[in-house]
Amino acid sequence: MSNTIKLRIGQILAIAKKDIKIYYTEPPILIFGILFPAFLFMAFALGKNIPFKNLIPGLLGISLFFTGSSVGPYITPWETNTKTLERLLTTPGSISVIVIGDILAAFYFSLGISGLIAFTGIFVFGTGVANIAVLLSTLFLASFCFAGLGTIFSSLPTDKPSNVMMLSNLIRLPIIFISGVFVPVSELPEWGQILSRFSPVTYVTDLLRFALGQGHYFALSINLIILSIFTILFLLIAVLLHRKTFIKRI
Amino acid sequence: MNNYKNSVIVKNMSKAFGQLQAVDNISFHVHKGEIFGFLGPNGAGKTTSVRMLTGVFPPDTGQIYIAGYNLLDQTLAAKMRIGVAPESANAYLDLTALENILFMAEMYGLSGKKIRKRAEELLNIFNLLDRKNDKIKQFSKGMRQKMILCMALINEPEILFLDEPTSGLDVQSRYLIRNIIKDLNQGGTTIFLTTHNINEANKLCDRIAIMNKGEIAAIDSPENLKNTFVSSQSVEVSFKFGSPNFLDNLSYANSIEKRGDKYRLYSDEPGQLAMKLIEQVKSSNLGLNSIRTIGPELEEVFIKLTEEKKE
Repeated sequence: MSNTIKLRIGQILAIAKKDIKIYYTEPPILIFGILFPAFLFMAFALGKNIPFKNLIPGLLGISLFFTGSSVGPYITPWETNTKTLERLLTTPGSISVIVIGDILAAFYFSLGISGLIAFTGIFVFGTGVANIAVLLSTLFLASFCFAGLGTIFSSLPTDKPSNVMMLSNLIRLPIIFISGVFVPVSELPEWGQILSRFSPVTYVTDLLRFALGQGHYFALSINLIILSIFTILFLLIAVLLHRKTFIKRI
Repeated sequence: MNNYKNSVIVKNMSKAFGQLQAVDNISFHVHKGEIFGFLGPNGAGKTTSVRMLTGVFPPDTGQIYIAGYNLLDQTLAAKMRIGVAPESANAYLDLTALENILFMAEMYGLSGKKIRKRAEELLNIFNLLDRKNDKIKQFSKGMRQKMILCMALINEPEILFLDEPTSGLDVQSRYLIRNIIKDLNQGGTTIFLTTHNINEANKLCDRIAIMNKGEIAAIDSPENLKNTFVSSQSVEVSFKFGSPNFLDNLSYANSIEKRGDKYRLYSDEPGQLAMKLIEQVKSSNLGLNSIRTIGPELEEVFIKLTEEKKE
């Protein structure tokens, strides 16, 4: 491995470690990343006379979506405000390195929280696992996908995190309702089924239902291919947008 | 190691933000091992220039060479050789002093016990070692400024960019930081010092560039700048008792200015004027408190150069 690649990997890991130390223990993050999706889910799911283990795919889907995309929008505007971002750019770390580091931190957070939920669902509530490889792949891929999405929001050239949080919630909340989280895609009205195809959460939830042996709407390969495309697109768009809008932050 | 004579070479560098031409086709170089002062009034284009020199953003046109490397094409090699302490920048408030420095080290690909030791040495130099495990949000402004310098020095840079390093600091901290700058320079580090403090630039810098309205108005050693741009010399005098009434008619004095308890007399022949003053004081009962001749001052050069452009 060349020295430059080693350096870049080290920089990305350092940024991810810094993000986790600073941002992922903050109370607003715990509220928006964990409690908010949990309560939102319970508000829709409880009282429907469905066994809790059957709710686990939806809960996992919403958890992956919110934990992966809740902190990314906050970091860059905050670091613009505190002038630490400019300081960072005078180091050998590039804009791409900073963005990928932020994405990696969100990935760790999302994977950790959703892993915990999956573990609890399986070992405490007795949710069956039909395909462990698909379950792990989905948790891995979806965490990257939504981490990329969250970092796209933060490319808005502002130094006020509240502006980005408002935009991200405006986009994220409607996505939840068209993605088969609360109601399986097959039970959505026709317009809902069409809309659901444009949401990456749809494919994540469908993959999770498949992995946990609760049926599926799309074919496994379709789900995996489309989720991979969303992931690559989000990562690329996040890096490109940040490179384009960065000058406006200074 | 790359051999180079000039630590920084700037060729025809320009940057515009919309209609505003922030930096307009400037060229200069910074010799290896010198302390180079970068002065200018607010809005002159200093910060934009430094941001381009430190790789925060690229120029619209022009070339920048850092330690012999083209900053635009060999960005990584160039950036590995610099340390930057921007004025407006902050350390991470929720990380400890040590964590901040070690994070910065990791951005330069440095880690391990040696680097931890160097981080602690730096904290010790800046009198912060006993606060190494405290979060920066508990630090005063002066301590945070010192932290920025510690972070800038962790990679032992060949070229150190300092933006207003003593701004807002108490006398002791200013003295400490100026001494550290001198020590670093004596150790071979090239210092690029952006400052509003003309006195500081005069004392520290080998050469100075004065920037105004996006252009370099002058560039030379402080003494050459003074001799080139300001011809005024003066004698400053203060008396023990009362006010003199002979000053207005004193030969060799072109003009007189009262400054607190002192009088400043401008002259083309300050030596002759001083002799004349002493003669007059002897024949009066005023008593001489102090007398000194003053050469041209850098502040006057600065004002002259930045005012000329306004007109």
